[in-house]
Amino acid sequence: MKALKRFLAFGVEWLERIFDVAFGQKNNPIHHLGALGFLFFWVAFVSGVYLYIGLDTSVAKAFASVEYMTHSVWFFGGVMRSLHRYGSDAIIAMLAVHLVREFAHDRLRGPRWFTWVTGIPLIWLTYIAGISGYWLVWDQLAQYIAVATTEWLDWLPIFGEPIARNFLAPSSLDDRFFTLMIFIHIAVPIMMVFVLWIHLQRVARPEYLPSRVLTLGTMAMLIGLSIAYPATSHAPADLLTVPRTLKLDWWYLAIYPVIEKIGPGPTWYGLIGFSFLLMFLPWLPPLKRPAPAKVDLAYCNGCRRCVNDCPYNAITMVPRSDGRPFLEEAKVDDDLCVSCGICVGACPTSIAFRTTTDLPTGINLPDRSIAKLRQRMQKAMAGVRGGPRILALGCDNGVRGESLAREGVGGVSLPCIAALPPSFIDYALSRNLADGVFIVGCAEGGCTNRYGVEWMRARLEGERDPRLRARVPRERLATCWARGPECGRVAGEIRAFADRLRLLPAPEKKPPLERIPETVP
Amino acid sequence: MSAVRFVLQGAFYVGFAVLIGYFAASPSYRHFPDDMAEIKLSFSHGAQRKGGCRPRTQEELAKLAPNMRTAQLCPRERVPMLVEVEVDGTLVMRETLHPTGLSRDGAAHAYRRLPVSTGPHIFTFRMRDSERADGFDFEKRLELTMAAGQSVPVDFRSEWGGFIVR
Repeated sequence: MKALKRFLAFGVEWLERIFDVAFGQKNNPIHHLGALGFLFFWVAFVSGVYLYIGLDTSVAKAFASVEYMTHSVWFFGGVMRSLHRYGSDAIIAMLAVHLVREFAHDRLRGPRWFTWVTGIPLIWLTYIAGISGYWLVWDQLAQYIAVATTEWLDWLPIFGEPIARNFLAPSSLDDRFFTLMIFIHIAVPIMMVFVLWIHLQRVARPEYLPSRVLTLGTMAMLIGLSIAYPATSHAPADLLTVPRTLKLDWWYLAIYPVIEKIGPGPTWYGLIGFSFLLMFLPWLPPLKRPAPAKVDLAYCNGCRRCVNDCPYNAITMVPRSDGRPFLEEAKVDDDLCVSCGICVGACPTSIAFRTTTDLPTGINLPDRSIAKLRQRMQKAMAGVRGGPRILALGCDNGVRGESLAREGVGGVSLPCIAALPPSFIDYALSRNLADGVFIVGCAEGGCTNRYGVEWMRARLEGERDPRLRARVPRERLATCWARGPECGRVAGEIRAFADRLRLLPAPEKKPPLERIPETVP
Repeated sequence: MSAVRFVLQGAFYVGFAVLIGYFAASPSYRHFPDDMAEIKLSFSHGAQRKGGCRPRTQEELAKLAPNMRTAQLCPRERVPMLVEVEVDGTLVMRETLHPTGLSRDGAAHAYRRLPVSTGPHIFTFRMRDSERADGFDFEKRLELTMAAGQSVPVDFRSEWGGFIVR
């Protein structure tokens, strides 16, 4: 499983880098697959509501009404119909890449299982909504789908009389059955909105729409495609003939040739088995979770910064329990915490300058405390000679700090770049630990913890608490947002940073380093 | 936005549009051969009761509530049906269809698509829905000239005399 994920991650990152070149990291579509999926969903939803106004919902007139909209009301009917189809198709494309990317980056395990598992019914609902829509045109493709679907459903031992009998002859099909299909086509997308809401319950600040640039580009693409290659119908349905050659919409209908090839039973087993496999993936194999963040009430003043920054809604504020004169205290839900450490980086009491060896703070990661971080920084820089000395702080999920260590560079990795309290940068520079600090986070918009890069950048630029102090010389600080395989580019940027540092006047004489104990509790 | 980035974005959008548009209707899929037709045999029919009905005795009737005193006592279970289809004298389908329901008292259902070549054919449909050991209770012979892609729905209604073309 690990090898498969690594292989897929390589492919996905390769794709992301290509898109970086064209769109820049911030607007990289691969970083906004969920939001793009939402956009396509709304395109399909709104165009669908519009088309419903013109659709005659009777068996006899449905085809004619769709044809009228397609050809006689070209733009407000034909183009809208095409938008409806292509928007729906694009949902499948987004869904597939979204699924593979989250799997490849292992973003389905631990507390993220909920979001992953609730996404599986969405796949089924998307297909049900899409396939039922094809029935409504009531052309030969609709006839083929209707017959094949009902035959497929009849394999299940839940129907008395075969429902495929509804399509035996023109006289056996009535408007009521057709109305049922319209109901399904409308009800399922509404159900999808509800399931999407559940899907995002554990995602803090979910992105409902992509950036304006991406939205405009995508909409222009969809409209252009709809005008250049409008969706059309097959010949009208005729139950006294067998549809022979069909222009299948492979995004939704690829399953039908499979059913014909292997039979309805094996197809059911395959699809249900695959769905269960997807559902159990978060536990294959079971994840050994690091200890969740822990609140130390002696240092927590209820400032809410950790709550504001947690991307997983894992921290809530509760009434004070220790009698100290604050209204609230932070409380971590262990089941939701992924130990990314962003809360530690957000805590204003995460200060590197304390003289105590255990560096207490309001919220800390037991396995990767800030005391250990200070010690690792010390150790990493202890052997660095020559000048300028650079401390490279990286991220476990992107470019690891340790991988950047070389002559003149000491590297330390954090669980997320936003797990770095800004005071540690101040500490490294003001206590003569390094001549420059180089921060490497995930690519913009591509952060494993979604908001790590954004929060870190805002803290450094003084836009978000805890801010990097004004006294920190900005010319001795550099940032780079890169993906795991971009070590070469990052190394190049570090060399350029070193060249810039060489041109700077020598820093003022700084106080000597305090003694750092060998081990930290 | 630089010109290079603008061009690259345009290329990606065009590429995505081509991908979506192409697979939205291509490649074509041949579901059914051009030189074939099909018979669609489908029905829902309750076979005769197993064992047959007998009149209730006076003692049996007396034991029943007044509103339950039906003269005939019929077993619930139905017999399995035997269905055969011949095309030009060749047997293409012979199936035993069992009644549905926990008590085997429901109708038996059939839904079969039988592909046939185009041209004139003689179809014979037979059904045994009673306890008889041999022979059939219903038989229908049809002479049809099948056109390419034609679908002929054949149903069964005992009240209309057996097999019918819908």
